[in-house]
Amino acid sequence: MKRAKKRFEANKLGVMSVEETRKKMVEMIGVNKIYADHDGHGSNHVVKDLNLSVYEGEFLTLLGSSGCGKTTTLRMVAGFEEATSGTIHVEGESVGSKEPFERDVNTVFQSYALFPHMTVHDNVAYGLKMKKVKKPEIKKRVEEMLELVQLGGFEKRYPSQLSGGQKQRVAIARALINQPKVLLLDEPLGALDLKLRKQMQIELKRLQKKLNITFIYVTHDQEEALIMSDRIAIMDSGVLQQVGDPTDIYENPKTKFVATFIGETNLFEGSVAEVSGDAIGITVESGGFTVKGANFAAGELITVSVQPEKMLYSATPVPGFALQGLVKDQVYVGSILKTIVVLSDGQEVKIERLAGQELPKNGLVYLFWNDADAKLIRDMDSVVYEAAENVTL
Amino acid sequence: MNKKLKKRIFKVSGTSFCALVYAFLFLPIVVIVTNSFNATTTKPYQTWKGFTFDWYVRLFDGSNASLLDSFKNTIIIAVTSTLLATVIGTLAAVGMYRYTFRGKSVIDGMLYIPVVIPEIVIGIALLTIFALVNVPRGMLTLILSHVSFSIPFVIFNVRARLAGYDNSIEEASMDLGAGRIGTLLRITLPVLTPGILGGALLAFTLSIDDVIISKFVAGNTYTFPLKVWDSIKSGVSPAVNALSTLILIGTIVFVVLTQSNLLKSEKRKSFKKKRKAR
Repeated sequence: MKRAKKRFEANKLGVMSVEETRKKMVEMIGVNKIYADHDGHGSNHVVKDLNLSVYEGEFLTLLGSSGCGKTTTLRMVAGFEEATSGTIHVEGESVGSKEPFERDVNTVFQSYALFPHMTVHDNVAYGLKMKKVKKPEIKKRVEEMLELVQLGGFEKRYPSQLSGGQKQRVAIARALINQPKVLLLDEPLGALDLKLRKQMQIELKRLQKKLNITFIYVTHDQEEALIMSDRIAIMDSGVLQQVGDPTDIYENPKTKFVATFIGETNLFEGSVAEVSGDAIGITVESGGFTVKGANFAAGELITVSVQPEKMLYSATPVPGFALQGLVKDQVYVGSILKTIVVLSDGQEVKIERLAGQELPKNGLVYLFWNDADAKLIRDMDSVVYEAAENVTL
Repeated sequence: MNKKLKKRIFKVSGTSFCALVYAFLFLPIVVIVTNSFNATTTKPYQTWKGFTFDWYVRLFDGSNASLLDSFKNTIIIAVTSTLLATVIGTLAAVGMYRYTFRGKSVIDGMLYIPVVIPEIVIGIALLTIFALVNVPRGMLTLILSHVSFSIPFVIFNVRARLAGYDNSIEEASMDLGAGRIGTLLRITLPVLTPGILGGALLAFTLSIDDVIISKFVAGNTYTFPLKVWDSIKSGVSPAVNALSTLILIGTIVFVVLTQSNLLKSEKRKSFKKKRKAR
């Protein structure tokens, strides 16, 4: 256990030294947000002790299911909500006491929030007007901005005359015209249909690279996050679970939540039965298996995650694995064959294979995988469990 | 053949029904307008004695000073009470939309009471209060009473507008650098304007033709409707018809102007629908 901690800290130090070379645009330190309930008693702790830095020119996505605190976090950076405790810095300057109109960040709202009584031109020009920029310059910059989002010639339209995608572009143009240091986007593509969403994802990414502005992007769509982000921060019930680049998050989930939230995966929850060298014997309810790994002690709780495309099967027992099940279902999804195998304890294991490798229905198969494809997750549960075990009554 | 006949009967009966409805609505107005050109000088004023503009002339030559005076009172009261009720009602509507507080639903429900309660009860209640605190009955009490019964109507109108209101446009405005006052003036008020104007128009109309409540709290002051009401004892003078006709013309001009504006925005909406359909 101690060794694990040491390794973890070394790891953290290593990461930090790399990151310190880039400029921090937004830094959140120990940020908490607690809403008091209506009647005064009870409270809702929506953001818990959040520490997160966002770097210059970075596309960072806050990913999580609804109610996980991601939007609240964004609203605290924008200044619409006040942090209950902790500090938020924008470009090294604390913004805790600043009103939204005093912060150098702009927001693209989920509902677009276009001003219905103003034309597209006036909507986009609003920020410049507030800054008292001269009229001819406003006209020029609005035209440029509308060109940039491919809406040239729409100046005189009203928001009610635009389609969803066009409204979205106006909202983006309006937020970008003030040349903010950080652009906050709150599920901006949520209301668009799939095709338009895919198109806008690429366009947004292109804009971000071109303008080199820091984007903080909130979404619940893990695919969107994987496509667009430089780094992803995954939140669950107010707690930041893991921050990393898409590959890292996908390949090395640190918690059970991350493993299940990013893509499909199979989780085998069990405990360490024996450790010999770097081989760990693990017992699960439906059997057991051996994986390669270090820093686990016998008796510890452990979760092993194996993605469906990495699952292998065999008609004969495989050394090191005692996992067998019956083939329950096979479905073709395009060129992929999805198979479901039921283990003896009822757990359903998903397997993805290229089409044409059908298994006999209700046939017995032995499951296994390559050592490198198994991700070992030491979850918070195990820490709690350990603490409970150490209590002397 | 039979079918054709049926269709025809339906068409004729439908048209005549519509004609009757409109006759029912507009005949009384026609009577007033024609009577305002009636040359009769003796009662009953309804008998037609020939065409004249006399009543319009006499309206302004000083012989009908008290009638004009009452009309002036009506306008003063209507404008003042509308302004006050609109400001109070708008603030109340926005406040109740934005904040939740203990007893909000009770206050909400209580708004409907002045609307459904018989006017005569409000009249008596207001008179009692004014007598109790010793406010002399006159213009002041008239204005106060009109403000009090207009407020709920303004609130309802503004609230209807708020129902489709997206709070985040205010946040967007502040996000883009506008302060709170700037946001109120540039975003909140302009977006709510149709509701506020509708409420104000309603308050104005209610104030102009109120008789019952005004009767209780007017004291010796006369508004136009009170004056007309009093003159009924001696038969409605054609001068009243003349003034009514002038008011009617003013109203029609106003309605035409606002309706043509409405039509314009209606066109815009249908344009939007077409775009959506594409």
